[in-house]
Amino acid sequence: MSDKQHPLLAIRGLKKQFGATEVLKGVDLDLNKGDVVSIIGSSGSGKTTLLRCVNLLEEYQGGEIALDGETIGYRSGDGRRRRLSDRELSRQRAMTGMVFQSFNLFPHLTAAGNVMLGLRKVLKLPKAEARAIAENWLARVGLAARADHYPSQLSGGQQQRVAIARALAMNPKLVLLDEVTSALDPELVQEVLNTVKGIADDGATLLIVTHEMRFARDVSSRVVFMEQGRIAEDGPPAQIFGAPKNARLAEFLRTTRH
Amino acid sequence: MQAFLDQLWIARWPLWEGLLLTIGSAAGSILFGTLLGVIVGVQLAYAPWWLRLPFRIYVDIMRGTPVLVLILAAYYIPAVAGLSLGPTQAGILALTLFAGAHIGELIRGSLQAIQPGQAEAGRSIGLTFPQLLAYVLLPQAVRSALPPWINTGVELIKGSSLLSIIGVGELLLKTQEVIGRNFMTIQFYVFAGILYLAINIALDQLGKAVERRVGQH
Ligand SMILES: Nc1ncnc2c1ncn2[C@@H]1O[C@H](COP(=O)(O)OP(=O)(O)OP(=O)(O)O)[C@@H](O)[C@H]1O
Ligand SMILES: [Mg+2]
Repeated sequence: MSDKQHPLLAIRGLKKQFGATEVLKGVDLDLNKGDVVSIIGSSGSGKTTLLRCVNLLEEYQGGEIALDGETIGYRSGDGRRRRLSDRELSRQRAMTGMVFQSFNLFPHLTAAGNVMLGLRKVLKLPKAEARAIAENWLARVGLAARADHYPSQLSGGQQQRVAIARALAMNPKLVLLDEVTSALDPELVQEVLNTVKGIADDGATLLIVTHEMRFARDVSSRVVFMEQGRIAEDGPPAQIFGAPKNARLAEFLRTTRH
Repeated sequence: MQAFLDQLWIARWPLWEGLLLTIGSAAGSILFGTLLGVIVGVQLAYAPWWLRLPFRIYVDIMRGTPVLVLILAAYYIPAVAGLSLGPTQAGILALTLFAGAHIGELIRGSLQAIQPGQAEAGRSIGLTFPQLLAYVLLPQAVRSALPPWINTGVELIKGSSLLSIIGVGELLLKTQEVIGRNFMTIQFYVFAGILYLAINIALDQLGKAVERRVGQH
């Protein structure tokens, strides 16, 4: 790879509407390799939608997303832009991992089976190798002993840690985490946050949507404040939480402080 | 009673053949009907409207038509078209088309009942749509469709008795032939009824056992 001239993730002028309502109104965001960026903002500001666009789970009407220099999702030629084929989209989606608020583990597969599916079918690894990688990742999220349990036999916190292992095992360039603790009972939140902190410390590139302000402050290299479909402020945690410039951000922080 | 048992002993081989053909034609049509039904269900759930439409029409016609009419149609229509199907082939064709429509609806329903998060999680690890179907969606849909699928099997066992109309030598026709020789009408109809009941109770139990197993996860 040539010396890094381009950011790992470059979002330019991203616009997204649902029907007549514009949800993203021109978002620009860069992430370099190893960055841990948290997105904060009030409900409905478009945080989830932004992550879903990056993971190509939503179509978008304007702007461009480039991952490691490759424009994803669309191909444009002779003045028109076209959505890529299922096969191309799948290849590009495999470059990013996503962890969902509601875990979304596959209920018919064990913890190891969940982690192995992508390794076997997308990366086409032989079974023994996929199993070894899965066990390794399950051990890293503290679930070595639960490899052969089904999701229904695991607590919410354990399920979410399996989901993190499932995303990370694919060795993605970028991992997207959307409020990964908000479906959890309070006493299970910390184990998942610690797991995320662990993978951040190991150098993974993370784009995190969270309502856990203390966590965002601890783990992030940068924090982004979204407001009504735009990025209103982008800076290091010390600036965002200590000396916010944007008036809406200051107000948001006042109302969410605990 | 002794007279009946004597007659039963005499008629044991034709009745056995009839029983096998009943089970065989039901099993054959549930097998082919399941293959057809999975295709139909996937199209109904995911295909664009212009591709979905013919499948929708097929399902609605099959579900709105009495099985007996389907059987007669499968027997007589190909003959008009110059294609000669034997009665057993025509019968299995009719039951397959019937089962395919019902199973198609079952699969469509269970596919659509799966939370959208499942497909999103599958996509996010990079599965293509066919892989998503094969490894994430269909395994879950098939599990939840299993109990009603067994019911379709019961319907087919019962429906196969209608094949006697076009001369398929299944259990009912063989029973009628036996009665034609010995005139023990009530006894042999009751006997045939008990055999149907026994098969269907066995299927039902199988269904419950499967449901318990699947229900665990
Ligand atoms: N599938 C959809 N169809 C229509 N509108 C949608 C859809 N998904 C999201 N929206 C709308 O888009 C806006 C942004 O939603 P989004 O989920 O991205 O917000 P968010 O910042 O993640 O909020 P929260 O903090 O509550 O999760 C909201 O007004 C929401 O109602
Ligand atoms: Mg959200």
